[in-house]
Amino acid sequence: ISHGHGGSHSSSGGSTLLGYIGIDTIIEQMRKKTMKTGFDFNIMVVGPSGLGKSTLVNTLFKSQVSRKSAGWARDEKIPKTVEIKSVSHVIEEGGVKMKLTIVDTPGFGDQINNDNCWEPISKYINEQFEKFLKEEVNITRKKRIPDTRVHCCLYFIPPTGHCLRQLDVEFMRRLSHSVNIIPVIAKSDTMTIEERQEFKQRVRKELENNGIEFYPQKEFDDDMEDKSDNDKIRETMPFAVVGSDKEHQVNGKRVLGRKTAWGIIEVENPNHCEFAQLRDFLIRSHLQDLKEVTHNIHYETYRAKRLNDNGGLHPISSNDTQESNL
Amino acid sequence: MAFKLCRTDTQELSKKRTRPLSLAGHVGFDSLPDQLVNKSISQGFCFNILCIGETGIGKSTLMDTLFNTNFENFESSHFEPQVKLRAQTYDLQESNVRLRLTVVNTVGFGDQMNKQESYQPVVDYIDKQFESYLQEELKIKRSLHNYHDSRVHACLYFISPSGHSLKSLDLVTMKKLDSKVNIIPVIAKADTISKSELHKFKIKIMSELVSNGVQIYQFPLDDETVAKVNTTMNGHLPFAVVGSTEEVCVGNKMVKARQYPWGVVQVENEHHCDFVKLREMLICVNMEDLREQTHTRHYELYRRCKLEEMGFKDTDPECKPVSLQQTYEAKRQEFLAELQKREDEMRQIFVQRVKEKEAELKEAERELQGRFEQLKRVHAEQKSTLEDKKRLLDEDQSSFNKRRAAAQLLQAQSLTVNGKKDKDRKK
Repeated sequence: ISHGHGGSHSSSGGSTLLGYIGIDTIIEQMRKKTMKTGFDFNIMVVGPSGLGKSTLVNTLFKSQVSRKSAGWARDEKIPKTVEIKSVSHVIEEGGVKMKLTIVDTPGFGDQINNDNCWEPISKYINEQFEKFLKEEVNITRKKRIPDTRVHCCLYFIPPTGHCLRQLDVEFMRRLSHSVNIIPVIAKSDTMTIEERQEFKQRVRKELENNGIEFYPQKEFDDDMEDKSDNDKIRETMPFAVVGSDKEHQVNGKRVLGRKTAWGIIEVENPNHCEFAQLRDFLIRSHLQDLKEVTHNIHYETYRAKRLNDNGGLHPISSNDTQESNL
Repeated sequence: MAFKLCRTDTQELSKKRTRPLSLAGHVGFDSLPDQLVNKSISQGFCFNILCIGETGIGKSTLMDTLFNTNFENFESSHFEPQVKLRAQTYDLQESNVRLRLTVVNTVGFGDQMNKQESYQPVVDYIDKQFESYLQEELKIKRSLHNYHDSRVHACLYFISPSGHSLKSLDLVTMKKLDSKVNIIPVIAKADTISKSELHKFKIKIMSELVSNGVQIYQFPLDDETVAKVNTTMNGHLPFAVVGSTEEVCVGNKMVKARQYPWGVVQVENEHHCDFVKLREMLICVNMEDLREQTHTRHYELYRRCKLEEMGFKDTDPECKPVSLQQTYEAKRQEFLAELQKREDEMRQIFVQRVKEKEAELKEAERELQGRFEQLKRVHAEQKSTLEDKKRLLDEDQSSFNKRRAAAQLLQAQSLTVNGKKDKDRKK
């Protein structure tokens, strides 16, 4: 094992090191351990059908994660109520194994009367918290508790160009305290760049007026550096994205894009849409943070609430026959 | 690159079966370990070492040598009445890694005449750290990610270089600690033992540990990159170490060493002692594993025992899984019943006391009455006695008076008779 040259710093209230010891190898040790255990990541996509949710997820993870991307040639009917469908895959890259679970919500926003269509979603999220909590309070616990909690919820806003709909506001208002919501503007190739900027500003304004804190939440910024990084991101959100899993030839290169009569919209071109930014933000820089906020804040809030309710736990799932009045 | 997923992939099945998927390009989540590590770096790391060994065996010197620094140390006396533990925390930094190191030393270990209870303060300290972590974990509003972890990650047990075998104090102490902490035995002041003796000594120690069922920390073999190194190192246990913070010129370099008239023992020379191996294993290779073992094995065991002691179970006597809610409810009922019982008991005791007091008072009253009666009686008796006496006296007096009256009469009569006689003679 080769040692790099370490510095001999003295930290406040600490001792002066007179030479290299090897404490910084703990980074490498930790990295190796986490690579061995692998990661879980659960992402939920919410939005009315036809907005390109499945295509976007496939584009994000560069594989056929979602089975609906083959287009609308399907004989399935739109469900009468919001369903929750989750699909898990194991993907590996650079030695890192990730169990990716996509939770789809067909039927959201599709009915004539969409009252309370967020309820099945809210229930699902709470059920995952409940599962984790039950595992955590066991006497004999598993070495690694399987994590099915929703780490991130991509909310698809239809590109009307005007403002948020009541459904959007209601959903995000109710769920922003139990899950990390990342709003995205779907099918943004229907807007010009100016229209897009205006729309985004209006959406941001409306979110602020309604007190909706989307991820990254201002209150969880760790320090000034975090705050400035996250402020930049918050200024560009919601990301206006275009998804595609088809490749086309542009300037001699094969790129993912949508071919139209007036040109090819390149998905990964930052001048065309903000897909690349979303991907970098979601996967390359903030994936771990999404998981940590879910675990340290949303889960803890849920747990505290559960343990506080009447001083004990009462069942929330409907198949428990025992209804306790503590 | 589209491939058909089978129709049977409904939500139920896909929840259980996870299919591997191949990626068509670079997604970028291979930066995940880096993201995780960066978060840890900004938070800093904690590492807690417990050093157990007799006074003067070189614990503080070894810590100084290991961490290349001068911790504030003061020599302990040999006359401590009891074993105590002294914990000191230091903040060290190397490149961008900040380490909060806590070194816990035993004070007075092995100095007493009666060493039967020597291990107890150590066990108590370790349990206390587990307990405070458990308390934090059981809180309703908790902040585990900010918690300063004080649980002991590694325990260096210093063996005296007698050259023969372990002392019974060593065996007893290690046996008590092996299920609570990762024990790494080291032979202290190894420059007092010759190479051949050392080899025999190590074998003897290891066989004694095995035959007494003491589980010491084994360097992990599951990661291929370090498995080979760790296997070799496992074979060198216990490490024979020499500590020194003084530097001596050897060749043309200044090295940490101990200078004797017959030669210089170089601390970092692998032919002289196993110090370098210890530093490699403890810090450079297995620090993270030590922390993980402490959390997933020793702490979980402590937690399980503690919760079971409190009466929590995962399954009830019929082996059906007991939900936490049921346990809580049962505990709550138990507690309320206990409260009720205590209340009843107190009430009973109160009633009892009142009765007793009443009886006492009645008794006192009776007594008082009795005495009063008695006094009255005595008084009456005395009175009657007195009256009798008075009567007697009166009688006496009256008889005396009678007699006196009779005597006077007699005298008066005799006078008149004598007067008459005189008159007769004169005639």
